[in-house]
Amino acid sequence: MDFSRDIALIKPELWLTGLAIVVLLAELIIKKKEVIAFLGIIAIAVTAFITLNVAPGLAFKEMYTSDGYSMFFKFIFFISSILTILLSMRYLGNENVHYGEYYSLLLFSVLGMSFMASSNDLILLYLGTELMALSIYVLAGFKRYDARSNEAALKYFLLGAFSSALLLYGISFIYLLTGTTNLREIAQRLISGSSEPVLMIALLFLASAFAFKIAAVPFHMWSPDVYEGAPTPITAFMSVGPKAAGFAVIGRVFIIALGSIAVDWKTVLMVLSVLTMIVGNVLAISQTNIKRMLAYSSIAHSGYALLGIIAGTPEGIGSTMLYLFIYAFMNIGAFAIVTIMGREGEQLSDYEGLGKTEPLWAALMLIFMFSLTGIPPTAGFVGKFYLFMSVINAGYTGLAILAVIMSAVSAYFYLRVVMLMYMKEPSKSVSVSPNLPEALAVTITTGLVLLMGVSPYYFIEFAKAAMSLI
Amino acid sequence: MGYPVLSTVIFLPVIGALLLLLMGRRQELAIKWCSLIFTVLTFIASLPLFLNFDKARSDMQFVEVFEWIPAWNIKYYLGVDGISVLFVLLSALLGPLCVLISWHSIKDKVKEFYIALLLIEAAMIGVFSSLDFFLFYVFWEAMLIPMYLIIGVWGGPRRIYSAIKFFLYTLAGSVLMLVGIIVLYFNGGHTFDILSLMSQKFPYKLQLILFWAFFAAFAVKVPMWPVHTWLPDAHTEAPTAGSVILAGILIKMGAYGFLRFSLPLFPDATRAMVPVMLTLSVIAIIYGGVICLVQSDLKRLIAYSSVSHMGFVTLGIFALNQQGLEGGILQMINHGIVTGALFLLVGVIYDRSHSREISHYGGVATVLPVYAGFFMVFTLASIGLPGLNGFIGEFLIILGGFKASKLAGALAATGIIIGAAYMLWLYQRVFFQEVNPNIKGYKDMDLREIITLAPLVVLVVWIGVYPNTFLGFMHESVKQLVIKLQ
Repeated sequence: MDFSRDIALIKPELWLTGLAIVVLLAELIIKKKEVIAFLGIIAIAVTAFITLNVAPGLAFKEMYTSDGYSMFFKFIFFISSILTILLSMRYLGNENVHYGEYYSLLLFSVLGMSFMASSNDLILLYLGTELMALSIYVLAGFKRYDARSNEAALKYFLLGAFSSALLLYGISFIYLLTGTTNLREIAQRLISGSSEPVLMIALLFLASAFAFKIAAVPFHMWSPDVYEGAPTPITAFMSVGPKAAGFAVIGRVFIIALGSIAVDWKTVLMVLSVLTMIVGNVLAISQTNIKRMLAYSSIAHSGYALLGIIAGTPEGIGSTMLYLFIYAFMNIGAFAIVTIMGREGEQLSDYEGLGKTEPLWAALMLIFMFSLTGIPPTAGFVGKFYLFMSVINAGYTGLAILAVIMSAVSAYFYLRVVMLMYMKEPSKSVSVSPNLPEALAVTITTGLVLLMGVSPYYFIEFAKAAMSLI
Repeated sequence: MGYPVLSTVIFLPVIGALLLLLMGRRQELAIKWCSLIFTVLTFIASLPLFLNFDKARSDMQFVEVFEWIPAWNIKYYLGVDGISVLFVLLSALLGPLCVLISWHSIKDKVKEFYIALLLIEAAMIGVFSSLDFFLFYVFWEAMLIPMYLIIGVWGGPRRIYSAIKFFLYTLAGSVLMLVGIIVLYFNGGHTFDILSLMSQKFPYKLQLILFWAFFAAFAVKVPMWPVHTWLPDAHTEAPTAGSVILAGILIKMGAYGFLRFSLPLFPDATRAMVPVMLTLSVIAIIYGGVICLVQSDLKRLIAYSSVSHMGFVTLGIFALNQQGLEGGILQMINHGIVTGALFLLVGVIYDRSHSREISHYGGVATVLPVYAGFFMVFTLASIGLPGLNGFIGEFLIILGGFKASKLAGALAATGIIIGAAYMLWLYQRVFFQEVNPNIKGYKDMDLREIITLAPLVVLVVWIGVYPNTFLGFMHESVKQLVIKLQ
């Protein structure tokens, strides 16, 4: 137990903690909020750079692990938080809530997620989850003069606290059975035991708590309200970052610790996935608010992403990881357009005739909508293709058929946005004038959605290499 | 051949579309000329396929292979044989005609329209020349985006409903094929290479399941009865160029899919399913024809006639003999030319009158004699008058059909009679009788419109008089296919 070696392994998290505090304190001196936002981006970039140079290994009595898997997820968090900061500046200014804490809270939530992705122990996992969730509760309610934003924060907090309790309850049952919280030791001690009722109860508690984090049906009730009320950049962030973090822990806990009862958790996840795909896609059809529509679509995408974990193979995990990576770009891209539209872009009807008044932004929105549907040559197609491939290879062809049919259903509501933009006459004049950071965010997301659609090779290899699980 | 013909033909329109993207939206004339030049260039670039194609070979020619996504063993793999080469040529030919016919009729969002048109052309040619399933699927699906926009943005009054219906029908069918493709990948030794998959033999049960998975995609595209209902809406509401592409190429992709994939990949399942397929084809022939008799809308009538004609095509294909298959392929080309031309002609008169109602017209032959002449040629070709192209195709199909099933052949033959009835009656109502006051003072076809249609007249007569130019392309490939099916 070499202490300095342990410290070396958690260097990224240490740096991020320090830099987040610096950003928090900087607000006292620096009055210009854009500078603080810029500091936030620097903080993430520095952390990302350090993360790249950390050797794989276990630290702190095997509580913390650094491997390709955690690194891949951390990069999803870093990218989504940078894109979120780029989108936030003008939005917060317009909403009159531009405070520096926003950026440090965002950094703290990324810190929590990093611990989640790296945790090899249920206690660390719980702490990471709480750090992430507490930061986001505040961020969701950041528009403090807006009743809907308050509602979002309160709702998220109450239900989040409930899910934390479930998580703790599940952890305590696991501890009861095995006497440890370390994932690997749990796995070793469970091999001998059969699937006892207590273990099943623990599994159900854990699955419910995780399902809450990824907004899987029937634990999705919070997400449309929270997504609608929260500041749009935070909605974009929540639909990608915390969701990916949820998948990171699902993958690790179920595959590593509960590998001996794979049949049982696969059944549970299958039920969740089927319900999530159906309910998410079907309810999205009737939405009139675009943020709510994207919330239900985000629920549905959780259902797709679960397919890879259900497959359970390295290939399956890799496909879920790649899918979440791709989803980060296409979903934040779609939310970027919504953010740029500002208050004029919350309702679906606001997009009528956008193809005429703002051809550029309409064209970009069109790309994101087709990517979310999964139509080639966009990244969304590559992601879905990989998921379907892995799930069929694992023998769940029925699930794949359901998933493709649900993709066809989803075409209906994504296409409705395209239809409104291009096939209706503009009902009012919209003036869209993004600032430089927003334009940058949209350029990055569009570029990657198209690049990964046409030439996905390197990204697939990246996910494959990262999959060298733990 | 010094240059990669197929890639050039696929990517020239894409380059054209990118150029248009850079142009200002006010420079409409420049945009139109640019698209015309690129579609003509594409057609010229495709000519080596016609001139240098070795008709004595049955294997793939003009092959291009590159690694694309090695992780999944996916290649950028192009090539044409006797079955696909004519479709590539037809797609390349219809490109410039679609640009020409839209010259004055598209006034809104001109830039976007031509970008969509060029992208659709690239995707269509890609579909017909891909030899890798992943690549094929990318082109197959990518085409939906511009087609959806063309119908929905520049279409008629019920365009939005029709566009959504078109998209959902085809997507629902395609995704099932996607599952089929992936299943094929894992059962065929982890490859998407169509040729290497064709050289394998799959167990009967698997063949049967996959046959139906692919059927879902192809039957919707053809469209076969009873999943044809998107077609009348889409054809009717689409702008002229959209209808021409739909009728000329897009619905051929379904029948092409049967020929290229279902037959050689699942021969046992195909043979077992022949009775079902023949029944569906005959229903389409007769049902489509009878529906045509009661249409009051010009475009809708021609759209339903497509259902009937495509019934002939699938009948020929599933007769599974040399005559039937060759007739089926030729009839696809014929239908592309003739129905494409009929939609172009409807577009010509629609530009003047903005009405598709048959009762709006009458005595058109008196006011627009040149127009009436053109329409007559294509009407007769559509009916199957000997000496014009429709006759050759239908004759071969019925010959093949009789060999496969006497009943199917006989019923299909009655379809020809119904076809003559609705087309001639249509001609009578529109072109003869008293001159309807609505159409007084209309100008006859101008030079641009004549140039658009003249190449198609030449082809109609050429195929009708000397079909061997075109049948020669497919003899060897079809022979191989028939051997495989025995």
